[in-house]
Amino acid sequence: MMVKVFSRPERRSIYLRQTFLEIDKIGVQSLGIISLLSIFMGAIITLQTAYNIDSVWIPAYTIGFTARQTIILEFSPTIICLILAGKVGSNIASELGTMRVTEQIDALEIMGVNSCGYLIFPKIVAAMFIFPFLIMISMFLGIIAGGLIGDWTGVISLADYEYGIQFDFRQFQIYYSLIKTVVFALVITSVSAYHGYYTSGGALEVGKSSTQAVVYSSVLIIVCNLIITQLLLT
Amino acid sequence: MIVVENIDKSFDTKQVLKNVSASFEEGKVNFIIGLSGSGKSVLTKCIVGLEEVDKGRVLYHDRDFTQMDHTERKEIRREIGMLFQGGALFDSLTVEQNIMFPLTMFARKSKTEMLERVNFCLERVALKDINKLFPAELSGGMKKRVGIARAIAMQPKYLFVDEPNSGLDPQTAIVIDNLIKEITYDYNITTVVVSHDMNSVMEIGDTIQFIYEGRIHWHGDRKSILNSGNKELDDFVYASEFMRIIKDKLSH
Repeated sequence: MMVKVFSRPERRSIYLRQTFLEIDKIGVQSLGIISLLSIFMGAIITLQTAYNIDSVWIPAYTIGFTARQTIILEFSPTIICLILAGKVGSNIASELGTMRVTEQIDALEIMGVNSCGYLIFPKIVAAMFIFPFLIMISMFLGIIAGGLIGDWTGVISLADYEYGIQFDFRQFQIYYSLIKTVVFALVITSVSAYHGYYTSGGALEVGKSSTQAVVYSSVLIIVCNLIITQLLLT
Repeated sequence: MIVVENIDKSFDTKQVLKNVSASFEEGKVNFIIGLSGSGKSVLTKCIVGLEEVDKGRVLYHDRDFTQMDHTERKEIRREIGMLFQGGALFDSLTVEQNIMFPLTMFARKSKTEMLERVNFCLERVALKDINKLFPAELSGGMKKRVGIARAIAMQPKYLFVDEPNSGLDPQTAIVIDNLIKEITYDYNITTVVVSHDMNSVMEIGDTIQFIYEGRIHWHGDRKSILNSGNKELDDFVYASEFMRIIKDKLSH
């Protein structure tokens, strides 16, 4: 399937237009849920960290430092991608599955269109392009929300939090997160597209494909997370 | 002209097509009829290449489709139009975009020329002012007609029609049948219709292939089908009370 996906497109302009449409569908339309989750999770991470390290021996800025590390290294790239696997992955699988069972994919093939390339390539490119931006927005909102909730509840002052999020900052950790995100984007789109594209049967099978897409994507994300972490951080 | 020679097709251990040979003539409406599960849809899928044959050949004007590579097949497929049972219109595109789709993909034409072609095709199937509607907003008959408009947009040499009248009322079914016949004759297309609707067969069928248990059991035209003397075909043709009444009237 992947050979067909990356084979030469019939009309590049059409593929480009499809890619922009997918960027909107996959990325821009996920912005709301990503923002909401990041704000709440950033706040929760800060409060839980404060609760767990309530000791006079540990400086207050540690809360900001821990929140930043958690959000940048794991929450934004991995947890948000798992959520995107649910939202985007099921959407891709059900869209392609429905197209398969209603013979729309057959119609494309009869016309002489490379259906794999036309339907899947723009989704993969769009996700690999837009996911890193979503994750950066998630990191930003999570860290800001953590500071604001910490100050509002009185567990940490804004000054301490600000010092904490700048303490021992390594730019490579951002690169690591973004590399993970690009790999996860590839996993989510290709696995979901595979399950959707090869659906056979009716509405029931479309639902099954959608579920399988989310399950397999999620498992693969976790496995890839371990491998990338081992390769880049140790 | 399309010729199929000695086609075999199996799925796992079940052989669906057994040494099928048939020819479909140019400028005529060629029917493939048979009971549900007899193999007529599989035969059509083998002819258009949606299923690979296990054995045998499919010839489009003497060009062996089964021996072609992917690129050569694409060229043949651009000469094929197909109307699917449910229309298979792209849900996310408007009627205009659906018909324009093959043109934007393969035709080197300006937007104005493509729009002219879209409007011509829509007029050809007697539809007006529906360019901006989505498939979900169309009736069953309109979907079929838009499907035909899309199928003829690239001026195909070969037209495949899968169950054109399923889910349609008798009057709309006759409109669709006549449309298929007109298009076939006007543009000299080789049309292959898969159906088990005897009204449709008697209305527009020029040649008829009857498939029974994966084999071509009988072939002929609509005049000879009523007196074929073939038991299985008679059971199929005279399954309804209506056709039995016609048979009685013809015999008296």
